[in-house]
Amino acid sequence: MSPICRPDDPGPFAEPWEAQVFALVVALQERGLFTQEEWAHALGRSIRPEGGPEAAADYGRWLATLEALLAERGVTDSASVQARSDAFLRAAAATPHGEPIRLANDPHPSP
Amino acid sequence: MAHDHDHHHDHPDHADGSSLTPIEARVRALESLLLEKGYVQADALDALVEMYETRIGPHNGARVVARAWTDPAYRDRLLADGTPAIAELGIGGRGGEHMVVVENTADSHNLVVCTLCSCYPWPVLGLPPVWYKAPPYRARAVLDPRGVLAEFGLTLPEATRITVWDSTAETRFMVLPLRPAGTESLTEAELAALVTRDCMIGTGLPLAPETAQ
Repeated sequence: MSPICRPDDPGPFAEPWEAQVFALVVALQERGLFTQEEWAHALGRSIRPEGGPEAAADYGRWLATLEALLAERGVTDSASVQARSDAFLRAAAATPHGEPIRLANDPHPSP
Repeated sequence: MAHDHDHHHDHPDHADGSSLTPIEARVRALESLLLEKGYVQADALDALVEMYETRIGPHNGARVVARAWTDPAYRDRLLADGTPAIAELGIGGRGGEHMVVVENTADSHNLVVCTLCSCYPWPVLGLPPVWYKAPPYRARAVLDPRGVLAEFGLTLPEATRITVWDSTAETRFMVLPLRPAGTESLTEAELAALVTRDCMIGTGLPLAPETAQ
C-alpha cells in the first residue's frame, strides 16, 4: 500500500490561490448557497472519478467541486468561467512585471 | 510560508509581462464573477483567509487539552459534550458545530480520519495537513492503523486497543491525549506547549516536557 507522504508543512495554504478557493467556499456556504454536508458530499464524489484512482481532497479538487456546484445551482457556467479565465491570462501577459494584474488590462476584451 | 493575501497581488515572472498559471487564472475568474454577481465580498474573503492563516490553528485545541488535564470537572464536561465545553474557552464556529472528544487511556488509543474527503475540526485544529487529505492516509488509517502509526514513528504496545474515528461534515472528532509523565509542576500554559496537532489527530503523542524546553 502507498506510504503516507508527509512533506514539510507549509501552513494552511501552499499558494495564495488555495486560500482564495478556501475563502470562496466558506463564504458561499455562509451565504447559504450550499450546506457543509452538501459540500462534503460533493467533494467526496469529486475525488472519486469514475474509472480513475481516488484523488487527494486538495484545493485543486475544491476548485473543481466548487465550479461544478455553482454550475448545478445556475450561478456560473463553465463557459463564462473559461472566458473570464482567458481574459485574466491575456491581461497578465499585457501587464508589466510587478504591477497588479487587472481585468481592464485585457487587450482583447470580449463584448 | 508567508503570503500577501491581497486578492489582486501578483507573482514574480517574466521580465516583459506578468503571468498566471492556468489554475491561478481560473480562481481569479471564479472570484471576479462571484464578486460581480454579489455572491461574495472582497473584504469578507480577505478576513476569512487572515483568520485561518493566523488565528485558527492547533494552538486552540492545545488550550482545550491543557485545561482538561488540569481541571477534572472540565475534562468530564468535554468528554460528555465536546462543543459546549470547547465554547467555554471561547473556541467554536464553523467546522466545530458538533465536536466529539475521545480520550486516550493507558490501554487505548484513538485515531481520527475522514474517509469521505477531509472533514476536520477547524476551530480546534485549523485546516488539515496535506497528508490527512490524501488517499493513502484516508484508506490506511482504517485498514491498518497500527502500520500508519508506525509510519508516524509511534509504536504502541500490542495490548493497546486502537479505535479509529471517521469524521464527517456533521460530527468531527478530536483526541484528548494522555498527559505526559513528569508534568505535575507545569502550568496550564506550559502544558499547552506540549500538545501537538498530531497528538490531537492521534498520529502522535504530546511532547515530553524536556523536549519542549
